[in-house]
Amino acid sequence: MSQDLSTATFSGYRRENGRVGVRNHVIILPVDDLSNAACEAVANNISGTMALPHPYGRLQFGEDLELHFRTLIGTGSNPNVAAVVVIGIENGWTQKIVDGIAATGKPVTGFGIEQHGDHETIMEASKVAKEYAQWASELTREEAPMGELWVSTKCGESDTTSGCGSNPTVGNAFDKLYPHGATLLFGETSEITGGEHLVAERCRNDEVRERFMFMFNRYQDLIERFKTSDLSDSQPTKGNIEGGLTTIEEKALGNIQKIGRECMVDGVLDKAEAPTGPGLWFMDSSSAAAEMVTLAAAAGYVVHFFPTGQGNIIGNPILPVIKLCANPRTVRTMSEHVDVDVSGLLRKEMTPSEAGDKLLESMFRTANGRLTAAEALGHREFVLTRLYESA
Amino acid sequence: MIDFVVHDEGDSVGVVVVEGVKAGEELTGWVMDQDIDIKFKAANDIPIGHKLAIKPMNEGDTVIKYGTDIGKVVADIGTGEHAHVHNIKTKRW
Repeated sequence: MSQDLSTATFSGYRRENGRVGVRNHVIILPVDDLSNAACEAVANNISGTMALPHPYGRLQFGEDLELHFRTLIGTGSNPNVAAVVVIGIENGWTQKIVDGIAATGKPVTGFGIEQHGDHETIMEASKVAKEYAQWASELTREEAPMGELWVSTKCGESDTTSGCGSNPTVGNAFDKLYPHGATLLFGETSEITGGEHLVAERCRNDEVRERFMFMFNRYQDLIERFKTSDLSDSQPTKGNIEGGLTTIEEKALGNIQKIGRECMVDGVLDKAEAPTGPGLWFMDSSSAAAEMVTLAAAAGYVVHFFPTGQGNIIGNPILPVIKLCANPRTVRTMSEHVDVDVSGLLRKEMTPSEAGDKLLESMFRTANGRLTAAEALGHREFVLTRLYESA
Repeated sequence: MIDFVVHDEGDSVGVVVVEGVKAGEELTGWVMDQDIDIKFKAANDIPIGHKLAIKPMNEGDTVIKYGTDIGKVVADIGTGEHAHVHNIKTKRW
């Protein structure tokens, strides 16, 4: 490919607030665990809608509750979503989420189940969902400059081939996107352990560096407080170790290949927080795949690069996840999950720049509407991050 | 044919990138940053993705990969031997 990225465009859905999405979902969003059944019933009634069930939303408090609201409001606000029906057990928190999403200008309506029951709620919510689905079906894609794409990355079930193949491929693509005003994201706070000095060196200024180290140290304190071992089998995971990764330091040095060699870290975000401008952002986040990708979607990202070694199969309901892999065994045994095969890198049949171009080509095709492997296979992992116990 | 890759010539380990490496096999490695080829004999069977030592290491030594510290040696490792959780541990946590 090697197309001129300064003039490159993609075809997306321009939303009421000016952001451009690459999907056109109508979602039925539960506020809490109790409302999953009604949301799934509505999605079952109305073609072209999708429920996002999850297990939380009751008796949360403090920062954990704020994160819950930020994640649900962010998910509904994502430009890959055209319209939202929100259902909660009661009206108060339901309305809070409706108001948060309504700030984008997109259609959103909420329903509280108390005083109505499931039947009436499902009927009323289905009527609105039908209107939204029909309205969204007439929206059309328009050309938008490449710089309006928000691209996130996170790797999973990494092995040693991730560090020498698929992660540097993301890094190469990020280095190419960065000068053209793209809004980029990485995270996985615990998985920087051993390479934190390298990320700190890449921070734009002292303020960003201090904020990054604050987030990094906060996560280290959490691990020190609760650990019962050196975290072997958890971080690195059983799968990482099976794939040949031995220590967190080795995994981290492979992980940070994803931020390339030239991009600077322009800002630091808390979990599910939206960036305020273009550049490369670090988000404090879990290294668990579905949690981090869910947070990236809630922050407003519309395309995700997911390098894997041993074959993580994750997807997300609203954020297309593009899988790339450099491990020839995984490419052979799990080909249905791999969008971009970069195993040629390890045979010197492909240069890092050619691999980066191949990923960018997949990014444009995905942005323009091609389903990723995870989308086609129905992977919709929607996993909310919790900070501590409910009250 | 590349059997293993090494990130940097200062590293103490390389990564096997082909399936079915058996003890005694002569392996060709590619040092990526310097773009040079090296040869080593595998001392053990080593699965794809796993590391082989390209320098002898003693208990207490630091293991270098990506030109950076990735942990400590907890059991001596000979050249060409399988280097993993049985002889390397994290220095963190």
